[in-house]
Amino acid sequence: MSNIRQVNRRDFLKTGGVFVLGVSLYGCGKEELPVKAKPVLAEPWSPDVYLSFDAEGTAFIISHRSEMGQGIRTGLTAVLADELEADWERVEVVQATGDEKYGDQNTDGSWSVRGFMQPMREAGATARLMLEQSAAQQWGVDVAECKARLHTVVHQPSGRSLDYSELVAGAAELPVPATDLLELKTPDQFRYIGKALPIVDMHDMTHGGAIYGADIRLPGMKFAAIARPPVVFGKVKNYDATKALAVAGVEQVVELPAAEAPSMFKAQGGVAVIAGNSWAALKARDLLDIEWDDGSNADYDSDSYKQLLLQAVRQPGNVLRQQGDVNQALAAAERKLEAEYYAPHLAHASMEPPASVASVTVDFCEVWAPTQNPQSLIPMVEAATGLTKEQIKINVTLLGGAFGRKSKCDFAEEAVVLSKMTGAPVLVQWSREDDIRHDYFHSVSAQQLSASLGPDGAVTGWRHRLAYPSIMSTFDPSVKSPVAFEAGLGALNVPYDIENLSIEAGEAESKVRIGWLRSVCNIFQSFGVNSFSDEIAHARGKDPRDNLLELLGPDRALDFTDVGLEATENYPFETGRLRRVIELVADKAGWGRPVADGHGLGIAAQYSFHSYVAAVVEVAVEADGSWTVPRVDLAIDCGQYVNPDRVKSQQEGAVVFGLSLARDSEITARNGRIVQGNFNNYRVLRIGMTPATHIHLVDSTAPPAGVGEPGVPPIAPAVANALFAATGKRFRELPLGRKLDLAGT
Amino acid sequence: MINLTINGESRQFDGDGDMPLLWFLRDLLTLTGTKYGCGKGLCGACTVHLNGQSIRSCSVSMDRLEGAEITTIEGLAAGGEHPLQIAWAEHNVPQCGYCQSGQIMQAASFLAGNPNPDDAQIDDAMSGMICRCGTYQRIRAAIKSAAGGGA
Repeated sequence: MSNIRQVNRRDFLKTGGVFVLGVSLYGCGKEELPVKAKPVLAEPWSPDVYLSFDAEGTAFIISHRSEMGQGIRTGLTAVLADELEADWERVEVVQATGDEKYGDQNTDGSWSVRGFMQPMREAGATARLMLEQSAAQQWGVDVAECKARLHTVVHQPSGRSLDYSELVAGAAELPVPATDLLELKTPDQFRYIGKALPIVDMHDMTHGGAIYGADIRLPGMKFAAIARPPVVFGKVKNYDATKALAVAGVEQVVELPAAEAPSMFKAQGGVAVIAGNSWAALKARDLLDIEWDDGSNADYDSDSYKQLLLQAVRQPGNVLRQQGDVNQALAAAERKLEAEYYAPHLAHASMEPPASVASVTVDFCEVWAPTQNPQSLIPMVEAATGLTKEQIKINVTLLGGAFGRKSKCDFAEEAVVLSKMTGAPVLVQWSREDDIRHDYFHSVSAQQLSASLGPDGAVTGWRHRLAYPSIMSTFDPSVKSPVAFEAGLGALNVPYDIENLSIEAGEAESKVRIGWLRSVCNIFQSFGVNSFSDEIAHARGKDPRDNLLELLGPDRALDFTDVGLEATENYPFETGRLRRVIELVADKAGWGRPVADGHGLGIAAQYSFHSYVAAVVEVAVEADGSWTVPRVDLAIDCGQYVNPDRVKSQQEGAVVFGLSLARDSEITARNGRIVQGNFNNYRVLRIGMTPATHIHLVDSTAPPAGVGEPGVPPIAPAVANALFAATGKRFRELPLGRKLDLAGT
Repeated sequence: MINLTINGESRQFDGDGDMPLLWFLRDLLTLTGTKYGCGKGLCGACTVHLNGQSIRSCSVSMDRLEGAEITTIEGLAAGGEHPLQIAWAEHNVPQCGYCQSGQIMQAASFLAGNPNPDDAQIDDAMSGMICRCGTYQRIRAAIKSAAGGGA
């Protein structure tokens, strides 16, 4: 550390004369130290892309990741503030615009903290060091004697201190130190990291002041609603706007260019109504008479498609991972188990339907969007307007939920195109029906799992066949089979210690836009794997938890690079951590405890986004098949965490999200059209079904891992396993429904 | 011309009488704290008070509101804090926050009529509200602590 201080002194000598105006006496303690006059901060000081200070010493910390409920505006900013030794009361969080200077801004994949904790720490530590240097200069002392503490720098030998407001101007003149000169805090020095800070948006969110996509108001702004093709890649054949134009407040009806494959993030075309308010636009939109050319996706029918998927998993598929000879093991097995699982499409259905505002002029375009992915809008705006990126500003509002949907900003492109067409700022408001019917849907899936048991009951073979339309089809329609990264979300990377194993992918053409939804393929692959593990347990007459631990085998680090999964530095798949959350949750939930008649406990565990989660669900089933979930315990090891309260709230939410899809939610298509349209038929969990939820957060020094998504995957299989425990009947299709068919039990 | 009171201020409306109150609030008065969620009274995001009772503003048209007294989230505790707003902060309830105006407005009118509810009554009163982030457990807790605080 001593060489750091020497370098600091050199920096001081090198730069000190540049801005020193004079010498005065500065009395603030018992000792009088000569100090140099304070320079004035003429413009905000930005020691780093994520931080600036004003002359009052307020720290403006950039949140470059999008806030959608995970608490990132509080979390990552607090990380920087911690290393900065900032007083949280004097921190203002500033939402970044879309700009590559911030690095990746696509807030998906549960990796904001994993990807940016270190850069944020370094940004804070950089500024802290510079403020200490600034104080040392003012006092004319060795920087080693100066220590930042809660928005001040203290001269330790004398006890005197200077507020950051008195130091920023001097610091602004200093060279930014190299990263390797920084002294990051040790965990015992953390002021905010690891603490349950309240979210910064609390007051706004509880007083009506929080601004989401549809809350932007600009002078002269128009409101638009769009009739989009009901079938993906359908086109407008002709339309009659007479009735729409007769609605009071409607100003204009325009046709939008149709989209061609691939879907990408593109707007879908259709007919737009421009009006003086949202209501007029929405009402008139519904009065448009449009004849559609549905195109080749009009044959999409969920019932027949389900049969295609099941056929696909009943035959050998493209082998994605193979060890030993599973077919031989199955053929030779003493006992063989086989089961098929099915899960439907899901819609994201965030409470805020897509909405966006754009203002396009001849030489500038400004967008306000609840986007997870602001940088993706820049090339889109360039293409739509002919402007260059210097003429484009992408503002990120709060996101009223997103779950992956708002990484794909077709809704913002619509606003841009309409603003350019009309010459006025335009707010595009999606209705709930628009949201549900024009989603990038979570994949419908079928799986077949087979296992062979040896004479002693040990599992000797595991074969997992998958069929579902790939997310990659959204970008390349020729992709007709799950790709490694998808299968790698819970199937390809199955951690079981089994000698013969095969993971196979069948074909499935996509007929709608497919996208990422909170925890993605983990949802159904965890459902298949954890349900089937439970089936194996019961077939073997073994306790499901013990069976799970046995399948997991000895603690070891797994690597799947040989089957096409990307290795992430410092993030091996450690089966011991999965074992420990299974043991922890079983312990906390009282696994094995006696339960009331009709009740049952189920367990499931899943590694995803480098976090380890296990859940125990208690169900209560009535004689008529209706059922509730009185209690859920969930244990998570997400490595080092920033805000334990937000980790817990994300898991509480994941339990609700998981129960929604386990019980209620389903998207189906007829004639290429999505059947569901609103919360009456696309059902999600309400308060009455919400269990008493207990989150058990593991204290860990491992590198930070995902938080937003990993809680979802274990829920549905733990529910199904609990229902089996309660009823003796196995349920292999999602959603399970509000009333179980108990025939045969 | 429809005359009504919004958060204590008198307002006039002379547009399409079919327009739901929600859009009058949001688009004409720029009171954007009240949210659009479903347009069909299925999710509760648009909940406001009509003469003290919670209503879904997406499903009540302007032509029914002559003389009405409307309170929105912006006017729930003008210049202060409603006990629910304090409880919401204590329990760190919101995640994305989008449905929270409606949740608080629903809970406020419920507590006004039932100051000491049990869990089942809370669940029943809040059953029309959707929170896709799944903050329900904390909503329950916050309502109970606001009730305990003498809301």
